[in-house]
Amino acid sequence: MDNNNSILTRNPGTEFRSDVFSKIKINRSAVEKRCAEYSARRSIKKQDQAAWLMKAISLIDLTTLSGDDTKARVKRLCRKAINPLNDKLVKNLSIESLKLSTAAVCVYHDMLSAAKKSLEGHNINLAAVSTGFPAGLSPLPLRIEEIKYSVAAGADEIDIVISRRHVLEGNWEDLYSEVKSFRKASGKAHLKTILATGEIGNLANIAKASQVCMMAGADFIKTSTGKEPTNATLPVSLVMSRMIKDYYELTGYRVGFKPAGGVSDSKTALQYMIMMKEELGRRWLEPDLMRFGASSLLGDIERQLDHYSSGYYSAHYRHPLA
Amino acid sequence: MTLMDSFKDLEYSQAMESDAIAIEWLKKNKNRFGQYIDGKFISQKNAKLIDVTSPNDSTLLAKIETSDNNQIEKAVEAAIRSQKSWFDMGGHERAKILYSLARSLQKHARLAAVLETLDNGKPIRESRDADIPLAIRHFYYHAGWAQLQNSELSEYEPVGVAAQIIPWNFPLLMLAWKVAPAIAMGNSIILKPAENTPLTAMLFSHLCHDAGVPNGVINIINGGAETGATLAAHPNVDKVAFTGSTAVGREIRKSTAGQGKKLTLELGGKSAFIVFDDADLDSAVEGLVDSIWFNQGEVCCAGSRLLVQSSIEEKLHKKIKKRMEKLRHGRSLDKSIDIGSLVSDTQFKRVNSIVNDGLTKGGKLFQSGCPLPKNNYYPPSLITDIDSSHPLSQEEIFGPVLISMSFRTQSEAIDLANNTRYGLSASIWSENINRAMDVAPKIKAGVIWINSHNKFDASCGFGGVKESGFGREGGKEGLYEYLKPKKFVVGKTMATKKAPKKHDNSQIDRTLKFYIGGKQVRPDGGYSVPVYNSDSSLEVWVGSGNRKDIRNAVSAACKAEGWNSQSAHNRAQILYYFAENLSIRKNEWVERLQINCGLTNNMAVKEFNESVSRLFSYAAWTDKYDGLVHNAPYRGVTLALPEAVGVIAQIAPDLQPLISCISLIAPAIAMGNRVIFIPGISNANIALELTQVIETSDIPPGVINIVSGDQNLLAEQLAGHAEVDSLWCWTTPSTVSLIESTSIENLKRLWCNKDNDRDWLIKKQSEGLEFLRQSTEIKNIWTPYGD
Repeated sequence: MDNNNSILTRNPGTEFRSDVFSKIKINRSAVEKRCAEYSARRSIKKQDQAAWLMKAISLIDLTTLSGDDTKARVKRLCRKAINPLNDKLVKNLSIESLKLSTAAVCVYHDMLSAAKKSLEGHNINLAAVSTGFPAGLSPLPLRIEEIKYSVAAGADEIDIVISRRHVLEGNWEDLYSEVKSFRKASGKAHLKTILATGEIGNLANIAKASQVCMMAGADFIKTSTGKEPTNATLPVSLVMSRMIKDYYELTGYRVGFKPAGGVSDSKTALQYMIMMKEELGRRWLEPDLMRFGASSLLGDIERQLDHYSSGYYSAHYRHPLA
Repeated sequence: MTLMDSFKDLEYSQAMESDAIAIEWLKKNKNRFGQYIDGKFISQKNAKLIDVTSPNDSTLLAKIETSDNNQIEKAVEAAIRSQKSWFDMGGHERAKILYSLARSLQKHARLAAVLETLDNGKPIRESRDADIPLAIRHFYYHAGWAQLQNSELSEYEPVGVAAQIIPWNFPLLMLAWKVAPAIAMGNSIILKPAENTPLTAMLFSHLCHDAGVPNGVINIINGGAETGATLAAHPNVDKVAFTGSTAVGREIRKSTAGQGKKLTLELGGKSAFIVFDDADLDSAVEGLVDSIWFNQGEVCCAGSRLLVQSSIEEKLHKKIKKRMEKLRHGRSLDKSIDIGSLVSDTQFKRVNSIVNDGLTKGGKLFQSGCPLPKNNYYPPSLITDIDSSHPLSQEEIFGPVLISMSFRTQSEAIDLANNTRYGLSASIWSENINRAMDVAPKIKAGVIWINSHNKFDASCGFGGVKESGFGREGGKEGLYEYLKPKKFVVGKTMATKKAPKKHDNSQIDRTLKFYIGGKQVRPDGGYSVPVYNSDSSLEVWVGSGNRKDIRNAVSAACKAEGWNSQSAHNRAQILYYFAENLSIRKNEWVERLQINCGLTNNMAVKEFNESVSRLFSYAAWTDKYDGLVHNAPYRGVTLALPEAVGVIAQIAPDLQPLISCISLIAPAIAMGNRVIFIPGISNANIALELTQVIETSDIPPGVINIVSGDQNLLAEQLAGHAEVDSLWCWTTPSTVSLIESTSIENLKRLWCNKDNDRDWLIKKQSEGLEFLRQSTEIKNIWTPYGD
């Protein structure tokens, strides 16, 4: 049933149905209790841990989203995405045939061309943040245009931000049509909708926003821009993954999940992966259904794998910068 | 398997906790344990041995020696010898030792966890994250009460020697629940661990030794049910605390009947897990994992009865089944599992046969397909399509087996939840605080969890009602189980029989009827008995009640349940009115007391005034006997609410008939109970004459019922009546014995006293908190919050 390699049918979205989400109830204490249990109930050790961390690399959207990004900076990032582990380590682990790389590189629109050039010939997606990222408060037509610009510039994936005010004001239908118009604008490029979970109030709102975005045709729902005061957390992610499960059961379409910001070490990444496996199953541990929006995570994973291979901890400076 | 394979599979690891530390410790003790008595480890060559095996793989872990009667005797002697000096040592010194026990357990936490898992079969994750930390916390918490005893509980003294018998499902945790409060309050104890899980208790005995617990304060003896029964019945044991099955609880009640011992019984359950349509369903499903699939379902308070609102039944069942598929069964020492092994082969067979027998009477079984190791691993199970009359919905299974029924409305949910002999716990799943807080008080159980299940802490009382036992463990409420009021100095309470004024014999011959359901009724049997004055002249005839009169009285009391839901303010107003109406009849009552009881005018005035004052006191207490908010370590509040016990029967003393009658009835009805009052026969008319005051005081019918007659006979009927929730008595040892043995089956709460144990005129002895506590049960409502 859950063939890991089954070809994913894109979520086409559904009509707007408020009955699906209007009665959603979320109990924060119970959600937090569950989150605290994942790593107590499931162990991933030694070879398994190395394998899971390798998988984690393949789930990374290696990201740079800074005002001071330059072509050179982006080029370096792309090199790292292509060669996430140094050659010696790859050899020691005997995983040359895997050609391990990150899932994607994620940049601002203006960095797309530099990135595209660097990634040429590699099976790494190019993602652009869009729609007035991170606040999403520029005029709607411009936001839609921005998506089209990025798609034209070669983006395979568009990470859009939703209008938080639609959630806070309860204008779910407006949110639906906004995201739907983004989906239309992105065409073949896959759409990741950033909920900015740190800015939309409570867990019930997060659950409802997740449902509305999926109805509007999101390929992924994503926690945060990385710029909010609170970014990805396990409780938020549990709520979102439960919504993905409900949506799948309702429509038969699988939607992906991307925690972003706050996942910066191997231990945390594993917690998220355990959660995905427990809540959604093994199928959701593939790059078409899970991503980590991260920049420093890779460095930590590399050190852990080095430790697995050599038995000793490595220093940060021995691994190439992203 | 290569790294590439693992990369493809992304499976969890088997992460076995090493058992080396525990095996080594067992070896160090030559895999054999005797008794720990008077600070010494005693071993007998020719002792009868019990094999302690690991349920995981049936390996023999150790042999324990069954203690013989001589050793039980020695343990009791040691406990008696040490108790006084232990108490006299003072709270601070005791606090230091409890603190040191906590530290010592903490230092050996890993050994304790591994030992527990080897011995019991529970997952190492649970012994490591739940059993052991909670046990440690219990000693810390009660170290604090030892420290505060002198300032906070100065009116009480320790009960003395406590016999404590604990079960196999949480061996060390149950030890902590029993030992910590007992020794904190200055008692000495003799503990008997379950014979199939004694190992952590043996470890604990070594820690006691190292922590400087004075010899004889803690004694631990080994053996089976027989040893437990002998210990409990020992005449020099003042208190028996037992946790285990309802059947064994009855045995203990039986073996101690007639001894008038203080008793705490924490017994079985069939707790409801109630899911309303406005619940967070995914969280409720996880709640079930914490509830019925915690400790393999071998938990007295497991939410084994799922009650789900019909509109979401299908949806929830689907979610549960999906979740069950994700549960992992495995070797108990594996950190990657959810469910370990049942405690023994016997338990496995028991669960298996209850389920199989049950299924022959209907029901649909769903079991997850998780692969099971050999030995005693029972699969997580869900049984649907059964109703309340099905044996599986009534009987405690004590395994990972959940049964499910649906309800239509909130009131039906409450009815179904209460439709059980048990009353230990329940959880309520709803995001509507109005609903949750409305339902919580209506469930007859000692512990209620809102949107959670199986939360425990030393600061919150745990314990049940109905056949789940009585008494609380944990919290301030749990301390009273190991305390008694300081001894009263009882002066001469019987009035001297001076020659009274001649009674006016010209008045019409009177027969006082019973007072039942707000009406004066004739005795069913048509019998009456005379009541004589102190000068031996005839005062009046009173009815002599029988089984049917008791039946009618209890039935009236049950019907008057609405009294409990009246506001405390209203009940207080009615008690004040009662006092007011009594006070205007002062002359009549003073005369009656003189003639009937031979009191001097002064004494009669004093008893009368004191009676009015006492009614005022309880009217005052009605809206002031507040609950507590416990400070447990979670984001939420635990409300400890004093709730009415229900129907209380009172076998009253002969002496001081007016003030003792008021002293018993007033606190009970103040707290919302309904009373069946059985006056002492020699002054029975006093209570019956009160009827006229009661009738004019707006007290609803059935709240107070008075039946006179042969106290022994009536007491037996009341003790045997399952709808009487509690029985108080001031009576002879033979009646106490009769009451205790009659209530073995229904496990009624009893408060037995000697008939002349106090002077009812003295406030300190006869009014206040002791009476209010007996009139209430503490219900702990756990309320996590956060949005």
